[in-house]
Amino acid sequence: MRCPRDVAIVGFAQTVHRRTSENVSETEMLLPVLREVLDRTGLAPGEAGFTCSGSSDYLAGRPFSFTLALDGVGAWPPIAESHVEMDGAWALYEAWVELLTGATDTALVYACGKSSAGDLDAVLTRQLDPYCTAPLWPGPADLAALQAQALIDAGATDETELAAVAARNRAAARDNPYAQLRGRVPMGPRRAGPLRTGDCPPVSDGAAAVVLAAGDTARRMCERPAWIRGLDHRIDPQGLGLRDLTEASSARLAAEHAGAFDAPVDTAEIHAPFTAQEVILRRALRLGPEVTVNPSGGALAANPVMVAGLVRFGEAAARIHRGESRRALAHATSGPCLQQNLVGVLEGEGP
Amino acid sequence: MTREPVAVVGIGQTRHAAARKDVSIAGLVREAALRALADAELTWADVDAVVIGKAPDFFEGVMMPELYLADALGAVGKPLMRVHTAGSVGGSTALVAARLVAARVRETVLTVAFEKQSESNAMWGLSLPVPFQQPLLAGAGGFFAPHVRAYIRRTGAPATVGTLVAYKDRRNALRNPFAHLHEHDITLERVQESPMLWDPVRYSETCPSSDGACAMVLTGRRGAARAPHPPAWVHGGAMRSEPTLFAGKDFVSPRAGRDCAADVYRQAGITDPRREIDVAELYVPFSWYEPMWLENLGFATEGEGWKLTASGATELDGDLPVNPSGGVLSTNPIGASGMLRFAEAALQVRGRAGEHQVDGARRALGHAYGGGAQFFSMWLVGSEAPDG
Repeated sequence: MRCPRDVAIVGFAQTVHRRTSENVSETEMLLPVLREVLDRTGLAPGEAGFTCSGSSDYLAGRPFSFTLALDGVGAWPPIAESHVEMDGAWALYEAWVELLTGATDTALVYACGKSSAGDLDAVLTRQLDPYCTAPLWPGPADLAALQAQALIDAGATDETELAAVAARNRAAARDNPYAQLRGRVPMGPRRAGPLRTGDCPPVSDGAAAVVLAAGDTARRMCERPAWIRGLDHRIDPQGLGLRDLTEASSARLAAEHAGAFDAPVDTAEIHAPFTAQEVILRRALRLGPEVTVNPSGGALAANPVMVAGLVRFGEAAARIHRGESRRALAHATSGPCLQQNLVGVLEGEGP
Repeated sequence: MTREPVAVVGIGQTRHAAARKDVSIAGLVREAALRALADAELTWADVDAVVIGKAPDFFEGVMMPELYLADALGAVGKPLMRVHTAGSVGGSTALVAARLVAARVRETVLTVAFEKQSESNAMWGLSLPVPFQQPLLAGAGGFFAPHVRAYIRRTGAPATVGTLVAYKDRRNALRNPFAHLHEHDITLERVQESPMLWDPVRYSETCPSSDGACAMVLTGRRGAARAPHPPAWVHGGAMRSEPTLFAGKDFVSPRAGRDCAADVYRQAGITDPRREIDVAELYVPFSWYEPMWLENLGFATEGEGWKLTASGATELDGDLPVNPSGGVLSTNPIGASGMLRFAEAALQVRGRAGEHQVDGARRALGHAYGGGAQFFSMWLVGSEAPDG
């Protein structure tokens, strides 16, 4: 599609992602991140024309958890604000649409997730079909193991390649001060099916925020804005028997509609919590060896649930801001086995 | 840059009941969605994107249920978004869907909101566990009753005004075949004699707990031209939020509500809502919220809302009918309640509200609120396409 208006990511901030954050609330976790991203873009609290966030009550363990996070935003006088019960990357999508309508020129997007507040594997089983699948309590690693095994059975990967994916991401994370698992991480014992602990993401608490701006406002706020050239998301059926687990067809579809295949990208930040999912996404998103994939270390290095997708967009944008990328792909996923996927194409101007 | 005008061309809702044991969650949302598609004479294939909303996931015990509902909603291979803005969510969801059309990102969007409250106990689902909240604030009534008392003290309203609202809305519901409560033997005396739940809110002045869903098909000018029935046009829509608790917060008439209404009126060119709006569907979960919102939304000046209610102006045959559908007091699947207000407003200006149609309704307000009276979403719909 052709975007009716130029909108860019002009600022990004994130927490250092940690295994636990039991001494801070979501609001306390968010506050420094919000302050940093607002300072960086020169916005006062409450000044953004639209605010949108992503989080999950099931992670927090209480209803309306997002309402308290609002205290960190500075919503007085009242602000135009919305919330998705999704990864913050979809909050970014909602804010992008709001800017495209021309209603406003700036938007603040944030997400927070305390994956450590409960037993994450058990919590995520509640995402499954409540009548047929959830009663079996399969955790995300169990389901990802089925997917990895299907990929191995199809001859598309093997355990050596998966171990290399894990090692490469965590080696890259050495240069990322916000990552949780950095450097050499042993592949460890088998966790489920072919997956070892090293194939799985860490349990992470964290928060992230980005600022979006349109046209000249974006140019004023950021020396090299990361222009959103296309943004699209698609979903597959949830039932594992209803789709080919070795393909992420909704990711490919989203990439097509976002214009990701119209020109080569030099960088990709993809949201692949499990090693085999990176193999699947590289194929679906047509990322060859010439593309720098997950220079941040990706979700294998830090995986704050509801936040990790937004972090991918922030990381890709930050590389454009710094002049390290000209055209980057950013990707977020949700649901078991890459069920739902959001793809964005970001570009910097000039060389 | 001009926005695409947004038209509501299909509206559907379920039969609402305390427990819809005859359907699964998927069956419930499909019932509403299929009715909306039938109203628009469209099929699943005509839908470019789906936007779904509901209140806390604890109400059904399913985390992010839209993931599992993707194929039931015909969303496979399409964009599916999930909105959650507390009680205002049904309204916010419709606005998120409307923006997709307005920005020309999608041409035709199906928007759905639901709650299947019988899957859990909503009152306890709404009660935050210790240490987040005192254990005595059970349910929404415990939270809002003090604000009602503050309104009564501030305005000197007679104690019976709330019961007039409940009596009116429950009688209106008798004309709405989809409504949850059909109290055929209702009398004002019965309402006034019902047990006190959260002083001053009586049992009959309180919303029920319902299973139900609502759906709408939104599209642009081209889609509206093909629609088999007259569309409702969106003339304005806005959301506003403020924090839950802070020094100086006015719980009786929250500023976020006033600001939200002002934004909608500005977009729609409304300068005198009392005269220019023909009918209003307001989110009134406890009877007294009708006069409170009448003031907050500018239909009455401060302290005068209860007089408007007491005068009978908000009755179905009054000059400002409020909640001709029976409102939240008669039907309350929480996540869908906001969208039901938006949809009922649209039904009125389409002339398709059946037995509870307000004659000659040309402009209608749909209103929703949520959280600690802190999240607001509203739209103003009209029978004519907006200018420009």
